[in-house]
Amino acid sequence: MSSFARFIRPAIGAWALLLLVMAAPMPSPAQQINPTASSVNEQKLLQEMDRIQGRVSIPDQRSGVLMQPAGREWREFRNVALRWIGGVAVLGMLVVLVIFYLTRGMVRLESGRSGRTIVRFNTFERFVHWMTATCFIILAVSGLNITFGRPLLLPLIGFDAFSEWSQWAKFAHNYLSFPFTIGVVLIFLMWVGGNIPSKVDLEWIKRGGGLFGHDHPPARRFNAGQKGIYWIVVIGGGLVAATGYVLMFPFYLTGIEGMQMAQIVHSIVAVLFIAAMLAHIYIGTIGMEGAFEAMGSGEVDVNWAREHHSLWLDQEMARSGPNDSRPQPRHAASAAE
Amino acid sequence: MARMKFLCDADRCIECNACVTACKNEHEVPWGINRRRVVTIADGKPGERSVSMACMHCTDAPCAAVCPVNCFYTTADGVVLHSKDLCIGCGYCFYACPFGAPQYPKVGNFGSRGKMDKCTYCAGGPEADGSKEEYEKYGANRLAEGKLPLCAEMCSTKSLLAGDGEIIAQIYKERVLKRGYGSGAWGWKTAYRETIES
Repeated sequence: MSSFARFIRPAIGAWALLLLVMAAPMPSPAQQINPTASSVNEQKLLQEMDRIQGRVSIPDQRSGVLMQPAGREWREFRNVALRWIGGVAVLGMLVVLVIFYLTRGMVRLESGRSGRTIVRFNTFERFVHWMTATCFIILAVSGLNITFGRPLLLPLIGFDAFSEWSQWAKFAHNYLSFPFTIGVVLIFLMWVGGNIPSKVDLEWIKRGGGLFGHDHPPARRFNAGQKGIYWIVVIGGGLVAATGYVLMFPFYLTGIEGMQMAQIVHSIVAVLFIAAMLAHIYIGTIGMEGAFEAMGSGEVDVNWAREHHSLWLDQEMARSGPNDSRPQPRHAASAAE
Repeated sequence: MARMKFLCDADRCIECNACVTACKNEHEVPWGINRRRVVTIADGKPGERSVSMACMHCTDAPCAAVCPVNCFYTTADGVVLHSKDLCIGCGYCFYACPFGAPQYPKVGNFGSRGKMDKCTYCAGGPEADGSKEEYEKYGANRLAEGKLPLCAEMCSTKSLLAGDGEIIAQIYKERVLKRGYGSGAWGWKTAYRETIES
């Protein structure tokens, strides 16, 4: 009996050991510890807040954002939507202007030139206008280059030349924003008096501004169309300047969503602004006889003033009368009523 | 041709930041720029994970799509590189990048941020492989020497994997199978539009 027990005890021990050894590396799946069961999950985090953020031990705390696929929507806007909006706005306006020019032609001075002139914009006003206008054109071209340069200009001039030009265009865009912004502020202050909407504007709009046919609805110093351009410049200019400075000083005021939003607002307002300015340039040059002189020499023909700004002319005549021979300097304040 | 990818096994990353240091040293990355960083999510809480992240060298890379001067290019290995000679420092690639990879040496000096810098997958730039110019602009070109990115090669826990996408995905799958869990290949869906089933 004892010899049998002596024999069986190690056998049982060996069996038990074998069972233990086999059980240890292969626990049943139910008992297995899964360290990822409670761990952070990429898809869940992205669904929750559209970005994954954490702690970093390097000084740049912004790099704590691990992932933010939101840039995809911005990419779609920049590469597809903006090109459509900009293309339709700018080319559409050009097409409209060409059609208008071909059908209506130049708005002529119907009563001919009187030979007598009246001061419309003084030297300071014209300086501010042309400073803003010059900056605007350079800003517009360099801005359009960022959106349309790659598909349109790059294939024509090649990588190196296009990069060089774009670098200079970017510098010009950044630095000329300052005189442009000053110009917009001065335009706002200088002409705000004459650009408050009034009853006269309703009549002017009702008669289509005399754009069609040979109508000449009465207007003060600025008609409803000019007031529209004025407020487009003030509000549009204010918006592009504000969003532009947000883009120029990246991440000072806002995070990545704010930067993307600033670019979206900046670019949409800018292309609409460009379209509006094309119409402004058209009517101020080849669109209307005698209009360019207002910003050129600063003096317009009295007959031009009578046809397009009858109420303003009456007021000015009552005050001093036209310049028969030499232009008389006049202050901006008095000219703007 | 291999399609090079990064894969960070978050269940292995111990947030030692050696990949960050190795990258900075290998490429002599300028002060203030980190091509790679380790982000710890839910720091100090149960389920905390650390992920080492740099440029993922995306398929259909967003940075390349939005660049106004088209300075990006994808190599035959699927590595997304850029030319610092063409870059105008506009910052658009940063707005589009899902991983915050593009870096700029200067910030906010009237918009002149300098030339963008990012992870090159240790593959240099458009200059001649291993040239002095290439090293000065982009850092070492280990790929041209037949080596993989240093961050992954020296990762002490082999959390960070670099190499042909199919091979590193296979390694990860085997790991997950063997240990029985895995929190997934972080960023793969965003960068490559694929996930590794685990």
